[in-house]
Amino acid sequence: MRDALPLVWREIPERYNLIGSTCENCKQEFFPQRLICPNCRRKGNLVPKKMPDEGKIFSFTQVHSGAKGFENETPYTLAIVEMPNGVRVLGHIVDAQPEKIEIGTKVKAVFRRIFAEGEEGIIAYGFKFKVAD
Amino acid sequence: MVNGKVGIVGYGAYVPRYRITAEEIGKVWNKDGKRTGASLGVSEKAVAAWDEDSATIAVQASRTAIESGRINPNDIGAIFIGSESKPYAVKPTATIVAEACGCSGNLTAADFEFACKAGTAGIQACIGMVASGMIKVGLAVGSDTAQGRPNDALEFTAASGGAAMLIGEGEPLALINQTLSYTTDTPDFWRRQHAEFPTHAGRFTGEPAYFKHVSTASKRLMEKVGTTAKDYTHAVFHQPNGKFPVKVGMDLGFDKKQLEAGLVTPLIGNTYSGASMVGLAAVLDVAKEGDRIFVCSYGSGAGSDAFDITVTKYIEGKRAKTPVRRMIEDKEYVSYATYAKFRKKIKDLE
Repeated sequence: MRDALPLVWREIPERYNLIGSTCENCKQEFFPQRLICPNCRRKGNLVPKKMPDEGKIFSFTQVHSGAKGFENETPYTLAIVEMPNGVRVLGHIVDAQPEKIEIGTKVKAVFRRIFAEGEEGIIAYGFKFKVAD
Repeated sequence: MVNGKVGIVGYGAYVPRYRITAEEIGKVWNKDGKRTGASLGVSEKAVAAWDEDSATIAVQASRTAIESGRINPNDIGAIFIGSESKPYAVKPTATIVAEACGCSGNLTAADFEFACKAGTAGIQACIGMVASGMIKVGLAVGSDTAQGRPNDALEFTAASGGAAMLIGEGEPLALINQTLSYTTDTPDFWRRQHAEFPTHAGRFTGEPAYFKHVSTASKRLMEKVGTTAKDYTHAVFHQPNGKFPVKVGMDLGFDKKQLEAGLVTPLIGNTYSGASMVGLAAVLDVAKEGDRIFVCSYGSGAGSDAFDITVTKYIEGKRAKTPVRRMIEDKEYVSYATYAKFRKKIKDLE
């Protein structure tokens, strides 16, 4: 069993609502959240910023040998989704037949279970992506 | 009148993409599934995916409601989630919904359980809190990934889905004129602590349970507000199958046309706490200003909440972006094996 409770709790803003960061100095946006702006260093000031919940598939792969905890979900699709603000986010693509998934396909964020820690442990929820209407 | 100002200020529903037909379920148990489905008035049912549960369904429906009603999540002062398939036996789903909808922490939240009517009980709680001035907006959700024991009649109908209603004042898309409940201790369906599947009392779930409570609450509400079935454009009743709501509606004087828009169980099955609320959402998708809607839920155990609702001019600007009927049409069929995997009916899956 993974003892993931502190991590699950800490990542709620990112996982539930795609809260990343933006630098008030250079205006660049980041996801996941960063503590220091790589452009501005100590001159930068990072504040939380909600990412757009729609984007396009930049690249994707179908996973047949699942990571630990995801073995029963294979085959599943992982994609790098590029948001309109240029930020790229890694996430699952759900509810789609593989032939509908292409580079450039429009997707939107949906709220799903990510994993559960056994029968008695915590359930981690968060964003995945679904092909947009 | 409640107070002449409280109403629905936003609504949203969610129906999962996957379906299993009654025929496919019947094949596994050497039954004529088509015939069983026809006898229940349900041809197929919605199946939540592997990674969906009543919390994810509640979040999706609530986000749609907030978006359609253009509500500031920080204005939501209460969240009540009705479900009988909570992901946690102890730990509220309401807090997950609050966080995922971007609400401030300045709210009260709780999960309600009253079989299939916990969602409408949440609506009533929100009406009271809004009308008394305690909160500005309340969110009531009915959401379930309904359980049915394999090879039980329930397996042909127990489905997944849900709907959310935002209750508030100021430009409501529909005014809630009045609400009334009828409740008795009638054990027609239950699930004991730690039991995996519910137990039901077969035919006993009909006359002394569903029909008695729905018709009593409905008649008493119409008496109270001085209406008859003919005064309503639409009527929505709890729909555990495709036949009960039609029969109770006809007995109360409604015709099939009034029941049409809100009858979704024949196509998605019984979404338990979500059932009457998904039906109401389907009606709001097509309702026009001035339409009067009658709603009566039913929860085993047993009780009914009836509502008299009038649609206002604000409906046009606040319709849900994705109508319920479109979600029903956007579907993919799965085999019984996939359904058993998705719903964790195979032991060792969690």
